[in-house]
Amino acid sequence: MSLLNQTGSVIAMNVRSIPQRLWMSLATVGSIALVVAVLLGFLALANGFNQTLKGSGAPDVAITLRDGAASELNSVVSREQIDLLGQGPGVRAGPDGRPLISAELVLIVDGIKKSTGTKANMPLRGIGPNGLLVRPQAKITQGRMFTPGSNEIVVGAGLLREFSGFELGKTLRFGAQTWKVVGVFEAPGTVFESELWADAPVIQSLFKRGSTFQTARIGLTSPAAMPAFVKYVKDEQRLQLKAQSEQTYFADQAERSGLLIKYFGWPLGIIMAIGALAGALNTMYASVSSRAAEIATLRVIGFSGFSAFIGTMVEALVLSALGALVGVAICALGFNGLSASTLGAGFTQVAFRLQIGPDIITQAVTLALIIGLIGGIFPGLRASRQRPLLALAT
Amino acid sequence: MSALIQLKNVKKTYKRGKESITIFDGLNLTIEQGDFVAIMGPSGSGKTTLLNLLGGTDRSDSGEINFDGERIDGYNEGQLAGWRARSVGFIFQFYNLMPVLNAAQNVELPLMLTKLSAGKRRANVETALKIVGLWDRAKHRPKELSGGQQQRVAIARAIVSDPKFLLCDEPTGDLDRNTANDILGTLQQLNQEMGKTIVMVTHDPEAARFAKRTLHLDKGVFAEVTQ
Repeated sequence: MSLLNQTGSVIAMNVRSIPQRLWMSLATVGSIALVVAVLLGFLALANGFNQTLKGSGAPDVAITLRDGAASELNSVVSREQIDLLGQGPGVRAGPDGRPLISAELVLIVDGIKKSTGTKANMPLRGIGPNGLLVRPQAKITQGRMFTPGSNEIVVGAGLLREFSGFELGKTLRFGAQTWKVVGVFEAPGTVFESELWADAPVIQSLFKRGSTFQTARIGLTSPAAMPAFVKYVKDEQRLQLKAQSEQTYFADQAERSGLLIKYFGWPLGIIMAIGALAGALNTMYASVSSRAAEIATLRVIGFSGFSAFIGTMVEALVLSALGALVGVAICALGFNGLSASTLGAGFTQVAFRLQIGPDIITQAVTLALIIGLIGGIFPGLRASRQRPLLALAT
Repeated sequence: MSALIQLKNVKKTYKRGKESITIFDGLNLTIEQGDFVAIMGPSGSGKTTLLNLLGGTDRSDSGEINFDGERIDGYNEGQLAGWRARSVGFIFQFYNLMPVLNAAQNVELPLMLTKLSAGKRRANVETALKIVGLWDRAKHRPKELSGGQQQRVAIARAIVSDPKFLLCDEPTGDLDRNTANDILGTLQQLNQEMGKTIVMVTHDPEAARFAKRTLHLDKGVFAEVTQ
């Protein structure tokens, strides 16, 4: 009880004396806030990117690529293979009673990024009538779907946010052909929102792709049908394709690209944290030395070295918690929901929104508290070792 | 009268670099219950070391230190801290109040080391501040008080847990004559009316006159005893 009382009194005194070291304490709070904001910014980027890629895949849609191809761009799938895929187990029937298969091809075209004014790659996807059926989350929100057989395209809402020149009604030029934007579609939180869609046969003929495709998306009756279908594709010698659930496909891509952002963010955060730690140590050593007479007096009166230690620790933790709070606030108000785009797998741009979630806030706040803990521990030990000599107190 | 404090054959040496400096080599001292002793002496005579030994803030190399029948020279840091909290009230030259706490909170500090309830602590703080005549300044911070008032708050802090022994280090060294006399009068009152045993280190012969007796310390020995 007495230990609690005395520690409580020392903590209260330390915290209330912070205004006496206002500027130094503010500098510490500021540097910790900066660390938290930067780290949180990167983690929110990685988080938003991951969520977008993970949200893109359905568990009951299989995607097939040429065996050995890492992404859609370097895959080839023929008309014959697609017919064979339709004979696989668990394939759902489309509205026309035929197997629900969307044979697709992807080309890279140029776009101008609004934020930088520079050229960037974007995917132009050729889809057939089943393209929307295997993507139930995609909806035309402005204009209409392209007419099969025409030079018409629809544009994803995410791409429209990040790139200029794709507004509804505009005419575009890709290669030797002109195209007209007739619709805008939304597929919230998926990579498809960063794409342009047009009729697959038109793209095949205009870009001289013959009758080949790059991927096939196969709608299955349920996620439970996935393993049997994957096994069928693997065992069928005439196919030479690899099938996996669309969910797994995007999760793999998310992991690779997301890790890159994350592993850039953490080292940067840690380097900045070391700088902030130096500041915190400095502030806390100054705090201990400015209170040397007070600490010595309390020790003479009978207060323990432990209470001096805890008092200093709590002061450091309060400063770092304040810094964390400011950092999280900066991020939440400034970055959260901000849209961004970056290169995804396949060298095309993926538009996504920065997402701050409880787990990444926990990570950034933990880093701030570690700074506070280390920044408090050594000055705290110095405070606790302050000898209760009367000469010092006077 | 019985002895409150007894120093028997106390030795104390400090190391400064390779050199060791002997401060006390067989010091003996007895202070009776209810005594008021002024200790005077030139710089370097050992006054501060004596104060630290009497207050349990430093330890002797050998010899005995007894307090009210309790032998404290063998105590470790923790035991000494507990003993100080129970038995000694300290009064410093520069008051040593906590600037962020008001007068009442400063006075309450030693009670934080006890098991007293908050209500009982408040009551004791009120009593102590009334004794020094500053209850009406209970909510004032140290910087809002004069030097003399700050020293009165410090005296209230020293007596709030009702220790038998008050140890004063130049209690009036920072005050003008009139204020100093007021403070010394208060100490005298605590000695005479409440039976507090007081040891006061001072440079000021005027201050020493308020004590019952004065000891002159020189080169680690009591050179002269004035009754």
